[in-house]
Amino acid sequence: MSTAAVARRPRSQLGPALVMIAPAALGFLVFYLYPTLRGAYLSLTEYNVLGSPVFVGLRNYVDMVQDDVFWNAVRVTLLYVVLNIGFQTVLAVGLAVLMHRLTKSVLIRGSLLLPYLIANVVVALLWYWMLDYSIGIVNAVIDAVGLPQVAFFGDETWTVATIAGVNTWRHLGYTALLVFAGLQMIPASVYEAAAVDGAGEWRTFWRITLPLLRPVLVLVLVITVTGAFQVFDTVAVTTGGGPGNASRVLQLYIYEQAFARGHFGYASAMSVVLFLILAGAAFAQMRLLRAGESDLT
Amino acid sequence: MRLTWGRVLAWAVLWFFVLATVLPFYWMLRTALSDNHALAAQSFSLLPADLTLGPFERVFGLATPEEALAEGGSGASLDFWLYLRNSLVVATAVTVGQVLFSSMAAYAFARLRWPGRDAWFAVFLGALLVPPIFTSLPNFLTVKSLGLLNTLPGIMLPSLFMTPFAIFFMRQFFLGIPREIDEAAMIDGAKPWRIFFRIVLPISAAPVTTLGILTFVTTWNDYFWPLLVGQTEQSKVLTVALGVFRSQTPQGAPDWAGLMAASLVAALPVMVLYAVFGRRVINSIGFSGIK
Repeated sequence: MSTAAVARRPRSQLGPALVMIAPAALGFLVFYLYPTLRGAYLSLTEYNVLGSPVFVGLRNYVDMVQDDVFWNAVRVTLLYVVLNIGFQTVLAVGLAVLMHRLTKSVLIRGSLLLPYLIANVVVALLWYWMLDYSIGIVNAVIDAVGLPQVAFFGDETWTVATIAGVNTWRHLGYTALLVFAGLQMIPASVYEAAAVDGAGEWRTFWRITLPLLRPVLVLVLVITVTGAFQVFDTVAVTTGGGPGNASRVLQLYIYEQAFARGHFGYASAMSVVLFLILAGAAFAQMRLLRAGESDLT
Repeated sequence: MRLTWGRVLAWAVLWFFVLATVLPFYWMLRTALSDNHALAAQSFSLLPADLTLGPFERVFGLATPEEALAEGGSGASLDFWLYLRNSLVVATAVTVGQVLFSSMAAYAFARLRWPGRDAWFAVFLGALLVPPIFTSLPNFLTVKSLGLLNTLPGIMLPSLFMTPFAIFFMRQFFLGIPREIDEAAMIDGAKPWRIFFRIVLPISAAPVTTLGILTFVTTWNDYFWPLLVGQTEQSKVLTVALGVFRSQTPQGAPDWAGLMAASLVAALPVMVLYAVFGRRVINSIGFSGIK
């Protein structure tokens, strides 16, 4: 065959392609596809890991509806998501706009991103120490200004807000950098036009920046909300779900049901529900905030 | 630019956030260099309370139980070197495997012609939608039936071959390489395999490094999965060990100084990587490499 013929006629490269995707395909089939199907099946069974799964139909789901601890976990998780995403998104947008208008400093961006690169476990322990009731620095300051000390992790009214705050600290820089990347996609000409028209910073933010940022904000929200629903590490190393059930989030409850109580089927059913909640939340955000459309036309 | 009160205020707010981000790390260091017994009395001091390297000695098992108890340690021995080694082995192996195998697959998805290519790519990418908790429970069972529970390979396996993100990330880059480069080699009769390793991979050093750093940091920091499959002393990674370090302290005040020293050691490799490759990591956060 002449070289010209090879160049003209596209030949299928199935053989080499199969060799090159083989390892990834193995990983995909064994550790992504198979467990997804198996998880769905296990949710219809009773299984304590030792024997073999016994098919019980929808019983796990019926049990779930009647399980107060499950509903409590849903409430606690939702409260956490609302607080965490609320603080985080507002602060991140503010921070991103400040950076956008003031500086391109990599050092500033780099410092703000640092907590995101540190393990959840480390961040949780650091704040567990700083927020310690008796000798933590935060309570030392609160005490010094004459206010009563706060049991941040130990008091039911504070514990979820505290965990949400700790993770806001960890994710703020990352979220702000995502928003910052979005801000850089807004053409400078739009701002110049606004300045020519005499719009101040405040007006420019509400009338130009925020509307043009909307598609990016939806993506950022979908990513951060999905992550927030799966909160586990911070709770597991600090409160362990307490006091009482005050911080027993969904993923912690799933973990306990599967590994402490041996209810693998029930735990699988709850993770199916968590999966559906995540998919629903992502879909709702895309729809409500019209992610696909841009105001930049 | 004009210096207005508004700008001064804006800078003040920005610096407030920078300080609020950085100062807790200083507090971690300050506590890690303190005598645990002195912390309570000097909770306000910006300097270490009775400066000592004791907490680090406790972490690495260099202090005798008596010395440890004298400075407020638990006296219990912790094999931190072992956990550190486990974390390094797991994170390194996962990084090498995942980056290599995902790049190979990404090349097949980006540059080779074969039937069903785009459909398969969509299926792979669909795995992004499945939350880790959902696959973790069945994966635990798979690792268990492979007899790899409480082993390092068991911790590595699910992320060793691919993640949807890694394939997506590398494919984006490969799509941007000019066609002439690999087609010229193909006309010269080179096999795709050879083209990938000799031409494509070398010119992709930048995205490969970025992906490698992100993968290493993610694996190093992971807690949930190693908590499920690495419970024994021999298979514990740092994050899991840290999680139990707290509960190991006996009645009375926890060994905060030791805990902060251990946390600092656990965070150090990531901080070093970040100091060296910081700009690369920062620039990867945008909408091409959204994670």
